Amino acid sequence: MVTLSKPNEEMRYILVTDVGSTTTKARFFHRRDGEWRFLVAGEAPTTVESPYEDVTLGVRNAVSEVEELTGHHILSEDGSGIAVPYDGNMGVDLYCTTSSAGGGLQMMVAGLIKMMTAESANRAALGAGSIVMDVIARDDGRKPYEKIKRIRNLRPDMILLAGGVDGGATTHVMEVAELIKAAEPKARLGVSYELPLVYAGNNALRPQIEKLMSSIFALTMVDNLRPVLAVENTEPARRAIHELFMEHVMSHAPGYLKLMKWTNVNIMPTPAGEGMAIQLIADTFNENVLGVGLGGATTNVYSVVDDRFVRSVSANLGMSYSVTNVMKEASIKNIMRWLPFKLDEEDVASRLMNKMIRPTTIPQTLEDLIIEHSVAREALRLGLNHHKTIATRLKGVHVDRSIGDVFQDAMAETYIDMMNIDIIAGTGGLLSHAPWRGQSFLILTDAFQPEGITKIFQDSVFMIPHLGVLSTVYREAAWNIFDKDCLVRLGTVIAPAGTGNLGDPVMTVELEIPNGDILKENLKFGEIKRIELDESQKINVVITPHKGYDIGAGSGHKIESTVMGGVVGIVFDARGRPLKLPEEESERKETLLMWFDIMDLYPDEELKSLCEART
Amino acid sequence: MKEKKVSKEAYAYTPGLKVKQAMMVSKTRRLPIFGEVYVNVGDEVNYDTVIAKTHISGDAEVVKVAALLGFASKPTDLLAYMKKKIGDQVSKGEVIAGYSVLFGLLKKWAYSPIDGILESASTVTGQVIVRGRPIPVEIEAYIPGKVIKVLPREGAVIETNAALIQGIFGIGGEIQGKIKMVVDSPDEELTADRIMSEDKGAVLIGGSLATLDALRKGVEFGVSCIITGGVRHDDVTALIGEEIGVAITGQEEVGITLIITEGFGKMRMSQRTFDLLKRFDGYMASVNGATQIRAGVMRPEIIIPHEESFEKASSVELAIGMLLGTPVRIIRRPYFGAIGNVVNLPVELQQIKTKSYVRVLEVELEDGRIVTVPRANVEIIEE
Repeated sequence: MVTLSKPNEEMRYILVTDVGSTTTKARFFHRRDGEWRFLVAGEAPTTVESPYEDVTLGVRNAVSEVEELTGHHILSEDGSGIAVPYDGNMGVDLYCTTSSAGGGLQMMVAGLIKMMTAESANRAALGAGSIVMDVIARDDGRKPYEKIKRIRNLRPDMILLAGGVDGGATTHVMEVAELIKAAEPKARLGVSYELPLVYAGNNALRPQIEKLMSSIFALTMVDNLRPVLAVENTEPARRAIHELFMEHVMSHAPGYLKLMKWTNVNIMPTPAGEGMAIQLIADTFNENVLGVGLGGATTNVYSVVDDRFVRSVSANLGMSYSVTNVMKEASIKNIMRWLPFKLDEEDVASRLMNKMIRPTTIPQTLEDLIIEHSVAREALRLGLNHHKTIATRLKGVHVDRSIGDVFQDAMAETYIDMMNIDIIAGTGGLLSHAPWRGQSFLILTDAFQPEGITKIFQDSVFMIPHLGVLSTVYREAAWNIFDKDCLVRLGTVIAPAGTGNLGDPVMTVELEIPNGDILKENLKFGEIKRIELDESQKINVVITPHKGYDIGAGSGHKIESTVMGGVVGIVFDARGRPLKLPEEESERKETLLMWFDIMDLYPDEELKSLCEART
Repeated sequence: MKEKKVSKEAYAYTPGLKVKQAMMVSKTRRLPIFGEVYVNVGDEVNYDTVIAKTHISGDAEVVKVAALLGFASKPTDLLAYMKKKIGDQVSKGEVIAGYSVLFGLLKKWAYSPIDGILESASTVTGQVIVRGRPIPVEIEAYIPGKVIKVLPREGAVIETNAALIQGIFGIGGEIQGKIKMVVDSPDEELTADRIMSEDKGAVLIGGSLATLDALRKGVEFGVSCIITGGVRHDDVTALIGEEIGVAITGQEEVGITLIITEGFGKMRMSQRTFDLLKRFDGYMASVNGATQIRAGVMRPEIIIPHEESFEKASSVELAIGMLLGTPVRIIRRPYFGAIGNVVNLPVELQQIKTKSYVRVLEVELEDGRIVTVPRANVEIIEE
């Protein structure tokens, strides 16, 4: 239990930082007229790397920026850290932080069967905010010596071993354990550091695991994460991972021992903070949510579907360090399909390589901005594809199928169905810092391709991880700031599933706009229409899709609903699902320009002259 | 009138790359695991002096003895079938377990897949682990100089007076060679026709670009390293045989080390870098293309040991950050590569062409123009 400097109701100032892999972001909050609000942001380069090797330097610099912008002193005068509590003149009442610096938490997981316990172990590690470097299983297709070699080369921060239901498989689980031991894995940080291993497998094997592993690993045993086949219980493993993260990993990272003394709230991995915030959205709205943190190094996707929370992390999909890996995985052609002007592939590739080698730079020209937005679409698309491989039904569990299911192959591997997603929420530097909110609205829509009626939210100035960690100690303040200052309601997208030919009728919509008028629109295939509607307003709509298109009630079936506005408004998207761009070059560019224009995405004149210069 | 706020100082987001004529360069030479150190403080070492040595345990192989011999359901019997004891040396193909009954009419054997030591025999799983012979690992000094510190059981720190140039990206690992200028100006391209057979083992300095043909000819003639301002993305892909995803390099085995000092594409090498390399034409250099952008920034390096005047590298400059007058290089379009001095550090966010509001600074370029750029888009030039 955390002891806070003051009772919640007496607090006036809160400081939260996120020590990111690139940038340390300080967010400063203030209680005004009884209400917690975001005050100001300060940012500085993270100083985990050589030559600084002390994260507190970056935290100081970011906090100094807050001090410079507000005139409020936060750093203690004797240089010992953050002044806590606020004494009526200086300091803050609460300081807490998240961190993903130095590569975050990197784990290797192992289980018995790839699609069963190994998959559950993978979900547990991902849910705890780690980057999973590899998943080892008895049936993963590799020969034992190949697995041993792989484990040796990994140098993880921690290992999670699962396998067998309680009282179930023993021999094969021990085989996997023996492989891990034979590999003699070394920890990433320091040669003398004892590698933590969490065992969350068959509880009957605990004595044998203890005998085999305790001499070379810092061993922790927790409840089986798959006690019976039909149940996945990842919470004990997740908690153990968090504790070990603090005790073993964080305390070995440069400057963290000092930073841990500055705060009495446990330092949380950034993705864990993001995950808590996404769950907060789902709980508050009581709806299914798909969230994404598009970072510099990784893309984290979170889903809360029918109360089930799953997180995936794509370790090498990101907008700075990993930008060239997006190019490698998505292909340069797929990135360039989103550009409405002509550039050489080599030119775009070189720009992305230059971004990767100087990851903290930001676009200063419209051309560079549009290129980065194109990369973002592809990173998000790949990130969601990856997420779908994690967000799957429990394998090994008997499921009753109807004849219809068998014939229609309705038992899809993933349970993520875009038609069932009510809210999409985005965070991360590129989305939060997009010059106009419409840009992130369309980036998220193009990448995730929501179907039916979907609200789009966005983090205002990148503080979702901050509010996630804050919610663990002061939920009311976190939600207040989240609701008022963080969660920007971009609007609602209405997009039927189905595909057709350009110009074919897709749907008819009737809207009762706030002045009482009824607006009727017929949308043709390939079109987008945007209606400005303030975020405080809701309107009634009747959507009638044509045959072959589904808005949620089945092909050709009408839906009546109340939809909310936002800073972008309501967007009717008749581009079809899956969304396909025209093959022909000039048609593709024209189509993109039409969409950009309707969404008012970029400054008209600049975009026009850019396209003319790049024909 | 309201007074405009100006930052007293700011912090560059991208650490400046070092281009130093003379400084004390120290290199930590460390084993991956504990071993034996062969040098003492004060020893003079050369490029190839062995600093420390160890053996890493060999790769392990699993032999599923119980399954092979047909008693998988009763692995507790394993020890009864073992023909070798734990700790025994075994050779590839040698019997490690088995049985022969009925005067040899019924027999089954399990063999060692590698030369090594029998490490364990599990009566839980019925599997045996054979560990390959230890693999020797030694680290050399890499730079000539003096041992200033010994890291017990791990290695040592070597120090030398040298010029140090950090590149922005490289491929290939540590190597030494004599510096040879093969272009006359930093604008020129390094083309294949400039590389001769006598350049074997040399560190060749190009200008703005090394062509793919030049890189391939360098490999063919055994050139140690090529250093240029830029290189094309496609050419790097062709040279190493795959597209670079994440920037962790240094392990490529392409037969040459490549270091670029400015970035991808045709990039004029900065005049200071070019002049400095030219000044040391003919000197021996230790170079390393290893680059790691994330989790422990590592940039490629060119170390040129020499006896010339020594100016102490200031560690203060790193802590101070950026001030009015600080020399900077712009590292993003539209002024990519331009050099100038900081003339203003406004506190308030300003709108740039993308319509984003960001923290900016004003830079007076060498041609006298004053341009506004995001603070994130400059790096400090460490002189």
